[in-house]
Amino acid sequence: MDFIISHYNYWIVIFLMMVGLYTVISRGNLIKKIIGLNIFQVSVFFLYISMGTVKDGAAPIITEGVKLYSNPLPHVLILTAIVVGVATTALGLALVVRIKESYGTIEEDEIHEMDHSL
Amino acid sequence: MKRNPILRIVAKFLIPLIILFALYVQFHGDFGPGGGFQAGVIFSAALILYALVFGLEAAEKIIPPHILRLLASAGVVLYASVGVVSLFLGANYLDYSVLGSTQIKGQHLGILLVELGVGMTVTAVMLIIFFAFAGRGRP
Amino acid sequence: MIDLIINIILLTFLAITAIAIIRTTNLFATIMLFGIFSLLSATLFVVMDALDVAFTEAAVGAGISTILMLTTLALTKNHNEKRSHAHRPWLPLAVVTITGMALVYGTLDIPGFGDPAAPANTHVAQYYINNALPETGVPNIVTAVLASYRGFDTLGEVAVIFTAGVAVLLLLGGKPSSPNSNPRTNKKREEDET
Repeated sequence: MDFIISHYNYWIVIFLMMVGLYTVISRGNLIKKIIGLNIFQVSVFFLYISMGTVKDGAAPIITEGVKLYSNPLPHVLILTAIVVGVATTALGLALVVRIKESYGTIEEDEIHEMDHSL
Repeated sequence: MKRNPILRIVAKFLIPLIILFALYVQFHGDFGPGGGFQAGVIFSAALILYALVFGLEAAEKIIPPHILRLLASAGVVLYASVGVVSLFLGANYLDYSVLGSTQIKGQHLGILLVELGVGMTVTAVMLIIFFAFAGRGRP
Repeated sequence: MIDLIINIILLTFLAITAIAIIRTTNLFATIMLFGIFSLLSATLFVVMDALDVAFTEAAVGAGISTILMLTTLALTKNHNEKRSHAHRPWLPLAVVTITGMALVYGTLDIPGFGDPAAPANTHVAQYYINNALPETGVPNIVTAVLASYRGFDTLGEVAVIFTAGVAVLLLLGGKPSSPNSNPRTNKKREEDET
Protein backbone atom coordinates (compact mmCIF):
# COMPACT_ATOMS: atom_id res chain seq x y z
CA MET A 1 0.00 0.00 0.00
CA ASP A 2 2.82 2.39 0.91
CA PHE A 3 4.52 1.55 -2.35
CA ILE A 4 1.38 2.41 -4.33
CA ILE A 5 0.91 5.74 -2.53
CA SER A 6 4.54 6.73 -2.90
CA HIS A 7 4.54 5.91 -6.62
CA TYR A 8 1.04 7.16 -7.48
CA ASN A 9 2.43 10.49 -8.73
CA TYR A 10 4.73 8.83 -11.22
CA TRP A 11 2.00 6.56 -12.54
CA ILE A 12 -0.37 9.46 -13.10
CA VAL A 13 2.48 11.27 -14.82
CA ILE A 14 2.93 8.30 -17.15
CA PHE A 15 -0.82 8.09 -17.72
CA LEU A 16 -0.99 11.78 -18.69
CA MET A 17 2.06 11.39 -20.89
CA MET A 18 0.42 8.49 -22.71
CA VAL A 19 -2.88 10.38 -23.06
CA GLY A 20 -0.92 13.20 -24.70
CA LEU A 21 0.96 10.81 -26.97
CA TYR A 22 -2.26 9.01 -27.95
CA THR A 23 -3.92 12.33 -28.84
CA VAL A 24 -0.96 13.32 -30.99
CA ILE A 25 -0.92 9.99 -32.83
CA SER A 26 -4.60 9.25 -33.29
CA ARG A 27 -6.35 12.60 -33.75
CA GLY A 28 -6.26 14.26 -37.14
CA ASN A 29 -7.23 17.77 -36.07
CA LEU A 30 -4.16 19.99 -35.75
CA ILE A 31 -5.47 22.06 -32.81
CA LYS A 32 -6.23 18.80 -30.97
CA LYS A 33 -2.71 17.59 -31.69
CA ILE A 34 -1.27 20.74 -30.13
CA ILE A 35 -3.45 20.27 -27.05
CA GLY A 36 -2.10 16.70 -26.87
CA LEU A 37 1.46 18.00 -26.99
CA ASN A 38 0.61 20.41 -24.18
CA ILE A 39 -0.75 17.60 -22.00
CA PHE A 40 2.48 15.69 -22.64
CA GLN A 41 4.44 18.78 -21.64
CA VAL A 42 2.52 19.27 -18.39
CA SER A 43 3.14 15.63 -17.48
CA VAL A 44 6.89 16.23 -17.78
CA PHE A 45 6.54 19.24 -15.48
CA PHE A 46 4.86 16.99 -12.93
CA LEU A 47 7.64 14.42 -13.18
CA TYR A 48 10.24 17.05 -12.29
CA ILE A 49 8.24 18.71 -9.52
CA SER A 50 7.29 15.35 -7.96
CA MET A 51 10.94 14.37 -7.80
CA GLY A 52 11.86 17.62 -6.09
CA THR A 53 9.16 17.47 -3.41
CA VAL A 54 10.34 16.64 0.10
CA LYS A 55 7.88 15.29 2.64
CA ASP A 56 6.99 17.97 5.24
CA GLY A 57 9.33 20.36 3.45
CA ALA A 58 8.50 24.04 3.05
CA ALA A 59 8.44 26.04 -0.16
CA PRO A 60 12.02 27.09 -0.97
CA ILE A 61 11.86 30.64 0.40
CA ILE A 62 14.17 30.97 3.36
CA THR A 63 12.25 31.72 6.56
CA GLU A 64 13.46 31.68 10.12
CA GLY A 65 12.67 28.53 12.04
CA VAL A 66 12.21 26.31 8.99
CA LYS A 67 14.74 23.52 8.62
CA LEU A 68 13.51 21.44 5.69
CA TYR A 69 12.91 22.85 2.23
CA SER A 70 11.80 21.29 -1.03
CA ASN A 71 14.35 21.00 -3.79
CA PRO A 72 14.46 24.39 -5.61
CA LEU A 73 16.30 23.17 -8.71
CA PRO A 74 13.36 21.46 -10.51
CA HIS A 75 11.26 24.57 -9.81
CA VAL A 76 13.77 26.74 -11.63
CA LEU A 77 13.95 24.40 -14.62
CA ILE A 78 10.17 24.05 -14.93
CA LEU A 79 9.45 27.74 -14.35
CA THR A 80 11.39 28.67 -17.46
CA ALA A 81 10.10 25.63 -19.34
CA ILE A 82 6.47 26.76 -18.87
CA VAL A 83 7.06 30.17 -20.40
CA VAL A 84 9.16 28.71 -23.22
CA GLY A 85 6.36 26.15 -23.68
CA VAL A 86 3.71 28.81 -24.26
CA ALA A 87 5.97 30.59 -26.73
CA THR A 88 6.50 27.41 -28.74
CA THR A 89 2.78 26.56 -28.51
CA ALA A 90 2.04 29.97 -30.00
CA LEU A 91 4.47 29.16 -32.81
CA GLY A 92 2.65 25.89 -33.46
CA LEU A 93 -0.72 27.65 -33.48
CA ALA A 94 0.65 30.24 -35.90
CA LEU A 95 1.62 27.40 -38.23
CA VAL A 96 -1.92 26.00 -37.89
CA VAL A 97 -3.37 29.37 -38.90
CA ARG A 98 -1.12 29.51 -41.96
CA ILE A 99 -2.03 25.92 -42.92
CA LYS A 100 -5.71 26.84 -42.66
CA GLU A 101 -5.12 29.86 -44.89
CA SER A 102 -3.38 27.91 -47.64
CA TYR A 103 -5.24 24.57 -47.48
CA GLY A 104 -8.63 25.69 -46.18
CA THR A 105 -8.70 22.89 -43.59
CA ILE A 106 -6.87 21.79 -40.47
CA GLU A 107 -7.75 18.10 -40.71
CA GLU A 108 -4.69 16.00 -41.37
CA ASP A 109 -6.22 13.52 -43.86
CA GLU A 110 -7.81 16.25 -45.98
CA ILE A 111 -4.41 17.94 -46.23
CA HIS A 112 -2.85 14.60 -47.24
CA GLU A 113 -5.49 14.08 -49.92
CA MET A 114 -4.87 17.55 -51.34
CA ASP A 115 -1.14 17.00 -51.47
CA HIS A 116 -1.43 13.64 -53.24
CA SER A 117 -3.83 15.03 -55.83
CA LEU A 118 -1.31 17.67 -56.83
CA MET B 1 -17.84 43.99 -26.43
CA LYS B 2 -17.22 47.74 -26.60
CA ARG B 3 -20.77 48.67 -25.66
CA ASN B 4 -21.21 46.44 -22.65
CA PRO B 5 -21.03 48.83 -19.67
CA ILE B 6 -20.46 46.15 -17.03
CA LEU B 7 -17.45 44.75 -18.86
CA ARG B 8 -16.02 48.21 -19.49
CA ILE B 9 -16.30 49.37 -15.89
CA VAL B 10 -15.05 46.12 -14.38
CA ALA B 11 -12.13 46.14 -16.81
CA LYS B 12 -11.30 49.76 -16.01
CA PHE B 13 -11.30 48.86 -12.34
CA LEU B 14 -9.27 45.67 -12.73
CA ILE B 15 -6.58 46.65 -15.21
CA PRO B 16 -4.68 49.08 -12.90
CA LEU B 17 -4.80 46.50 -10.14
CA ILE B 18 -3.41 43.79 -12.42
CA ILE B 19 -0.61 46.10 -13.56
CA LEU B 20 0.18 47.03 -9.96
CA PHE B 21 0.27 43.35 -9.05
CA ALA B 22 2.59 42.63 -11.98
CA LEU B 23 4.99 45.33 -10.78
CA TYR B 24 4.84 43.95 -7.25
CA VAL B 25 5.63 40.46 -8.52
CA GLN B 26 8.48 41.84 -10.62
CA PHE B 27 10.25 43.79 -7.89
CA HIS B 28 9.33 41.66 -4.89
CA GLY B 29 10.46 38.44 -6.58
CA ASP B 30 13.62 38.36 -4.46
CA PHE B 31 11.68 37.95 -1.25
CA GLY B 32 8.46 36.14 -2.15
CA PRO B 33 7.35 33.98 -5.02
CA GLY B 34 7.65 35.81 -8.31
CA GLY B 35 10.12 37.16 -10.78
CA GLY B 36 10.48 38.36 -14.32
CA PHE B 37 8.72 35.48 -16.03
CA GLN B 38 5.55 35.68 -13.94
CA ALA B 39 5.48 39.48 -13.92
CA GLY B 40 5.85 39.62 -17.68
CA VAL B 41 2.97 37.25 -18.24
CA ILE B 42 0.69 39.07 -15.74
CA PHE B 43 1.53 42.46 -17.24
CA SER B 44 0.74 41.26 -20.74
CA ALA B 45 -2.49 39.68 -19.43
CA ALA B 46 -3.62 43.15 -18.26
CA LEU B 47 -3.05 44.61 -21.73
CA ILE B 48 -4.68 41.62 -23.42
CA LEU B 49 -7.75 42.20 -21.21
CA TYR B 50 -7.73 45.83 -22.37
CA ALA B 51 -7.52 44.72 -25.99
CA LEU B 52 -10.37 42.24 -25.52
CA VAL B 53 -12.71 44.79 -23.97
CA PHE B 54 -11.83 48.03 -25.78
CA GLY B 55 -10.66 46.67 -29.12
CA LEU B 56 -7.35 45.97 -30.77
CA GLU B 57 -6.88 49.47 -32.22
CA ALA B 58 -7.20 51.08 -28.78
CA ALA B 59 -4.65 48.66 -27.34
CA GLU B 60 -2.25 49.30 -30.21
CA LYS B 61 -2.51 53.03 -29.48
CA ILE B 62 -1.28 52.43 -25.93
CA ILE B 63 1.64 50.22 -26.98
CA PRO B 64 2.44 50.56 -30.69
CA PRO B 65 3.85 47.39 -32.28
CA HIS B 66 7.21 48.94 -33.14
CA ILE B 67 7.76 49.82 -29.46
CA LEU B 68 6.90 46.23 -28.54
CA ARG B 69 9.52 44.91 -30.95
CA LEU B 70 12.05 47.33 -29.48
CA LEU B 71 11.13 46.26 -25.94
CA ALA B 72 11.46 42.55 -26.75
CA SER B 73 14.99 42.96 -28.08
CA ALA B 74 15.95 45.51 -25.39
CA GLY B 75 15.18 42.92 -22.69
CA VAL B 76 17.55 40.34 -24.18
CA VAL B 77 20.21 43.03 -24.72
CA LEU B 78 19.86 44.26 -21.11
CA TYR B 79 20.31 40.71 -19.83
CA ALA B 80 23.33 40.03 -22.00
CA SER B 81 24.93 43.40 -21.29
CA VAL B 82 24.83 42.82 -17.53
CA GLY B 83 27.04 39.81 -18.26
CA VAL B 84 29.35 41.90 -20.43
CA VAL B 85 29.70 44.56 -17.71
CA SER B 86 30.75 41.92 -15.19
CA LEU B 87 33.28 40.66 -17.76
CA PHE B 88 34.78 44.15 -18.00
CA LEU B 89 34.92 44.45 -14.22
CA GLY B 90 37.11 41.39 -14.11
CA ALA B 91 34.76 38.55 -13.20
CA ASN B 92 33.19 35.71 -15.16
CA TYR B 93 30.29 36.29 -17.54
CA LEU B 94 27.07 36.91 -15.53
CA ASP B 95 28.92 36.87 -12.19
CA TYR B 96 27.22 39.78 -10.42
CA SER B 97 29.44 39.89 -7.33
CA VAL B 98 31.64 42.64 -8.78
CA LEU B 99 28.77 44.98 -9.70
CA GLY B 100 28.41 46.49 -6.21
CA SER B 101 30.69 47.46 -3.36
CA THR B 102 30.03 44.15 -1.57
CA GLN B 103 29.14 40.75 -2.95
CA ILE B 104 25.56 40.91 -1.62
CA LYS B 105 24.94 44.38 -3.09
CA GLY B 106 26.37 43.33 -6.43
CA GLN B 107 24.21 40.19 -6.52
CA HIS B 108 21.12 42.24 -5.64
CA LEU B 109 21.73 44.73 -8.42
CA GLY B 110 22.55 42.02 -10.93
CA ILE B 111 19.46 39.94 -10.14
CA LEU B 112 17.25 43.04 -10.29
CA LEU B 113 18.55 44.04 -13.73
CA VAL B 114 18.42 40.53 -15.12
CA GLU B 115 14.85 40.03 -13.89
CA LEU B 116 13.91 43.36 -15.44
CA GLY B 117 15.31 42.19 -18.77
CA VAL B 118 13.37 38.93 -18.52
CA GLY B 119 10.19 40.81 -17.62
CA MET B 120 10.54 43.20 -20.56
CA THR B 121 11.12 40.43 -23.09
CA VAL B 122 8.33 38.20 -21.80
CA THR B 123 5.78 41.04 -21.71
CA ALA B 124 6.69 42.21 -25.19
CA VAL B 125 6.77 38.74 -26.76
CA MET B 126 3.43 37.71 -25.26
CA LEU B 127 1.85 40.92 -26.57
CA ILE B 128 3.51 40.54 -29.97
CA ILE B 129 2.11 37.02 -30.23
CA PHE B 130 -1.38 38.10 -29.15
CA PHE B 131 -1.44 41.11 -31.50
CA ALA B 132 -0.20 38.95 -34.38
CA PHE B 133 -3.01 36.42 -33.83
CA ALA B 134 -5.71 39.01 -33.21
CA GLY B 135 -4.57 41.24 -36.08
CA ARG B 136 -4.86 38.28 -38.47
CA GLY B 137 -8.63 38.28 -37.97
CA ARG B 138 -9.01 41.91 -39.09
CA PRO B 139 -10.83 42.27 -42.40
CA MET C 1 -0.73 13.33 5.54
CA ILE C 2 -3.45 15.78 4.47
CA ASP C 3 -1.06 17.02 1.77
CA LEU C 4 -0.78 13.53 0.39
CA ILE C 5 -4.57 13.03 0.29
CA ILE C 6 -5.15 16.36 -1.52
CA ASN C 7 -2.33 15.45 -3.86
CA ILE C 8 -3.89 12.09 -4.75
CA ILE C 9 -7.38 13.56 -5.23
CA LEU C 10 -6.10 16.35 -7.48
CA LEU C 11 -4.03 13.94 -9.54
CA THR C 12 -7.12 11.81 -10.07
CA PHE C 13 -9.07 14.89 -11.19
CA LEU C 14 -6.26 15.69 -13.58
CA ALA C 15 -6.40 12.22 -15.11
CA ILE C 16 -10.20 12.49 -15.51
CA THR C 17 -9.86 15.90 -17.19
CA ALA C 18 -7.26 14.50 -19.57
CA ILE C 19 -9.63 11.70 -20.58
CA ALA C 20 -12.43 14.25 -21.08
CA ILE C 21 -10.10 16.28 -23.32
CA ILE C 22 -9.44 13.40 -25.70
CA ARG C 23 -13.06 12.26 -25.77
CA THR C 24 -14.60 15.66 -26.59
CA THR C 25 -14.98 16.47 -30.27
CA ASN C 26 -16.12 20.08 -29.88
CA LEU C 27 -12.92 22.09 -30.00
CA PHE C 28 -14.27 25.00 -27.94
CA ALA C 29 -15.13 22.59 -25.12
CA THR C 30 -11.72 20.95 -25.48
CA ILE C 31 -9.93 24.27 -25.09
CA MET C 32 -11.99 25.17 -22.03
CA LEU C 33 -11.22 21.75 -20.54
CA PHE C 34 -7.56 22.41 -21.21
CA GLY C 35 -7.88 25.66 -19.23
CA ILE C 36 -9.35 23.67 -16.34
CA PHE C 37 -6.50 21.18 -16.71
CA SER C 38 -3.96 23.99 -16.38
CA LEU C 39 -5.67 25.48 -13.35
CA LEU C 40 -5.78 22.06 -11.67
CA SER C 41 -2.08 21.62 -12.36
CA ALA C 42 -1.38 25.04 -10.83
CA THR C 43 -3.22 23.94 -7.66
CA LEU C 44 -1.25 20.74 -7.61
CA PHE C 45 2.02 22.67 -7.90
CA VAL C 46 1.02 24.63 -4.78
CA VAL C 47 0.44 21.35 -2.93
CA MET C 48 3.91 20.19 -4.02
CA ASP C 49 5.51 23.41 -2.58
CA ALA C 50 6.41 24.83 -5.99
CA LEU C 51 4.92 28.29 -5.52
CA ASP C 52 6.79 30.02 -8.34
CA VAL C 53 5.85 27.29 -10.78
CA ALA C 54 2.19 27.39 -9.69
CA PHE C 55 2.16 31.13 -10.20
CA THR C 56 3.53 30.80 -13.72
CA GLU C 57 1.28 27.92 -14.66
CA ALA C 58 -1.84 29.79 -13.47
CA ALA C 59 -0.93 32.89 -15.47
CA VAL C 60 0.39 31.12 -18.56
CA GLY C 61 -1.53 27.87 -18.85
CA ALA C 62 -4.95 29.01 -17.73
CA GLY C 63 -4.60 32.55 -19.08
CA ILE C 64 -2.42 33.19 -22.10
CA SER C 65 -2.41 29.79 -23.75
CA THR C 66 -6.20 29.44 -23.50
CA ILE C 67 -6.62 32.87 -25.10
CA LEU C 68 -4.18 31.99 -27.88
CA MET C 69 -5.99 28.73 -28.60
CA LEU C 70 -9.35 30.52 -28.69
CA THR C 71 -7.94 33.09 -31.12
CA THR C 72 -6.70 30.28 -33.33
CA LEU C 73 -10.15 28.70 -33.18
CA ALA C 74 -11.71 32.00 -34.22
CA LEU C 75 -9.28 32.28 -37.12
CA THR C 76 -9.69 28.72 -38.37
CA LYS C 77 -13.50 28.69 -37.91
CA ASN C 78 -13.40 24.99 -37.28
CA HIS C 79 -15.43 24.20 -34.20
CA ASN C 80 -15.80 20.44 -34.46
CA GLU C 81 -13.11 17.94 -35.13
CA LYS C 82 -13.89 15.24 -37.66
CA ARG C 83 -13.42 11.67 -36.57
CA SER C 84 -12.78 9.89 -39.82
CA HIS C 85 -12.73 6.13 -40.09
CA ALA C 86 -9.18 6.20 -41.35
CA HIS C 87 -8.04 6.60 -37.74
CA ARG C 88 -8.42 3.17 -36.21
CA PRO C 89 -7.73 3.43 -32.49
CA TRP C 90 -6.10 0.01 -32.06
CA LEU C 91 -2.59 0.65 -33.34
CA PRO C 92 -2.03 3.91 -31.41
CA LEU C 93 -3.61 2.33 -28.35
CA ALA C 94 -1.21 -0.61 -28.57
CA VAL C 95 1.81 1.67 -29.01
CA VAL C 96 0.75 3.80 -26.07
CA THR C 97 0.05 0.81 -23.81
CA ILE C 98 3.40 -0.83 -24.50
CA THR C 99 5.30 2.45 -23.99
CA GLY C 100 3.35 3.10 -20.80
CA MET C 101 4.11 -0.35 -19.43
CA ALA C 102 7.82 0.11 -20.14
CA LEU C 103 7.75 3.46 -18.33
CA VAL C 104 5.88 2.00 -15.34
CA TYR C 105 8.52 -0.73 -15.14
CA GLY C 106 11.07 2.09 -15.02
CA THR C 107 9.34 3.81 -12.10
CA LEU C 108 9.61 0.74 -9.85
CA ASP C 109 13.18 1.74 -8.95
CA ILE C 110 12.47 5.44 -8.42
CA PRO C 111 12.66 6.57 -4.78
CA GLY C 112 9.17 7.21 -3.39
CA PHE C 113 7.37 10.55 -3.55
CA GLY C 114 8.72 13.02 -0.99
CA ASP C 115 11.75 10.94 0.01
CA PRO C 116 14.29 13.41 1.50
CA ALA C 117 17.17 10.97 0.86
CA ALA C 118 16.46 10.65 -2.87
CA PRO C 119 19.55 11.35 -5.03
CA ALA C 120 17.75 14.30 -6.66
CA ASN C 121 17.47 16.06 -3.30
CA THR C 122 20.89 15.42 -1.85
CA HIS C 123 23.60 16.81 -4.14
CA VAL C 124 23.50 20.30 -5.62
CA ALA C 125 20.08 21.17 -4.13
CA GLN C 126 21.52 21.13 -0.60
CA TYR C 127 24.27 23.50 -1.72
CA TYR C 128 21.69 25.97 -3.03
CA ILE C 129 19.55 25.74 0.11
CA ASN C 130 22.51 26.28 2.44
CA ASN C 131 24.36 28.96 0.47
CA ALA C 132 21.78 30.97 -1.48
CA LEU C 133 21.04 33.43 1.32
CA PRO C 134 24.64 34.05 2.51
CA GLU C 135 26.02 34.29 -1.05
CA THR C 136 23.34 36.33 -2.81
CA GLY C 137 21.22 37.87 -0.03
CA VAL C 138 18.03 36.73 -1.75
CA PRO C 139 15.66 34.69 0.44
CA ASN C 140 13.75 33.20 -2.50
CA ILE C 141 16.07 30.39 -3.52
CA VAL C 142 14.29 29.90 -6.83
CA THR C 143 15.02 33.49 -7.88
CA ALA C 144 18.62 33.20 -6.69
CA VAL C 145 19.23 30.03 -8.70
CA LEU C 146 17.30 31.31 -11.73
CA ALA C 147 19.02 34.66 -12.04
CA SER C 148 22.41 34.12 -10.43
CA TYR C 149 23.65 30.53 -10.23
CA ARG C 150 22.07 29.51 -13.52
CA GLY C 151 21.99 32.93 -15.16
CA PHE C 152 23.48 31.62 -18.37
CA ASP C 153 20.72 29.03 -18.67
CA THR C 154 18.04 31.69 -18.20
CA LEU C 155 19.69 33.90 -20.82
CA GLY C 156 19.24 31.01 -23.24
CA GLU C 157 15.58 30.63 -22.28
CA VAL C 158 14.94 34.34 -22.82
CA ALA C 159 16.61 34.06 -26.22
CA VAL C 160 14.29 31.13 -27.07
CA ILE C 161 11.21 33.18 -26.10
CA PHE C 162 12.47 36.08 -28.18
CA THR C 163 13.07 33.79 -31.16
CA ALA C 164 9.57 32.31 -30.85
CA GLY C 165 8.13 35.84 -30.86
CA VAL C 166 10.10 36.72 -33.99
CA ALA C 167 8.97 33.50 -35.67
CA VAL C 168 5.30 34.18 -34.91
CA LEU C 169 5.74 37.69 -36.26
CA LEU C 170 7.27 36.28 -39.45
CA LEU C 171 4.41 33.80 -39.89
CA LEU C 172 1.47 36.03 -39.00
CA GLY C 173 2.79 39.59 -39.05
CA GLY C 174 2.13 40.42 -42.69
CA LYS C 175 -1.14 40.80 -44.56
CA PRO C 176 -3.05 37.54 -44.93
CA SER C 177 -2.71 36.26 -48.49
CA SER C 178 -6.07 35.00 -49.68
CA PRO C 179 -5.80 32.99 -52.91
CA ASN C 180 -7.84 35.52 -54.90
CA SER C 181 -6.08 38.70 -53.87
CA ASN C 182 -2.47 37.59 -54.19
CA PRO C 183 -1.26 38.48 -57.70
CA ARG C 184 1.56 35.95 -57.67
CA THR C 185 -0.65 32.93 -57.04
CA ASN C 186 -3.19 34.27 -59.54
CA LYS C 187 -0.54 34.53 -62.20
CA LYS C 188 0.73 31.06 -61.39
CA ARG C 189 -2.79 29.71 -61.51
CA GLU C 190 -3.39 31.27 -64.94
CA GLU C 191 -0.17 29.71 -66.16
CA ASP C 192 -1.28 26.36 -64.79
CA GLU C 193 -4.61 26.65 -66.53
CA THR C 194 -3.20 27.52 -69.94
